[in-house]
Amino acid sequence: MTYHPGQRVRVAARSHEGHHRTPGYVKGKTGTVERAYPSFTNPETRAYGADGLPQQPLYLVGFAQRDVWPDYAGQSRDRIYLDLFEHWLEDAE
Amino acid sequence: MERPTHDRGGWPDDAPIDRSEHELADWELLTDALAGALGGRGLMNVDEMRRGIESMPPGQYERASYYERWLFSIEANMTEKGVLAPGELDARAGA
Repeated sequence: MTYHPGQRVRVAARSHEGHHRTPGYVKGKTGTVERAYPSFTNPETRAYGADGLPQQPLYLVGFAQRDVWPDYAGQSRDRIYLDLFEHWLEDAE
Repeated sequence: MERPTHDRGGWPDDAPIDRSEHELADWELLTDALAGALGGRGLMNVDEMRRGIESMPPGQYERASYYERWLFSIEANMTEKGVLAPGELDARAGA
């Protein structure tokens, strides 16, 4: 595990040809690690018939809605949570 | 950054969301069972299934219903793996 709960992380802004589980709306955004899950096989290679190894650490990352949606009209404490694989995260501290 | 059709979170859209429930047709139940059987036999995992759905031409993706997308992906994956010959389903369906 590279990241720990409470750590600020930024989602890589890169595009990716092919199947991946990182939605476009969160790419380039900065959030906070809420929880470190175990590791799981990688869907980016499993989607093409491979075994998905090595397993990749997965994290629950929370973002302020206002950071994700520029026009967000709700409360500043509102958050959105996503499960994101480690290789999509960068240290933002 | 260009985003594929399925990666649509945050796309502006004025059309209302259809929240109505509907009964599943027999073919939809069978499609669900088929995907489960293929997974159980190791012929297609959930990531291959999703990748197949995401490979649909954008216009076709937009017009297709939920289980039509599943069927598209199942046919694409089974054709890739040689379980189905290209065009075999259409031929057998008399299309």
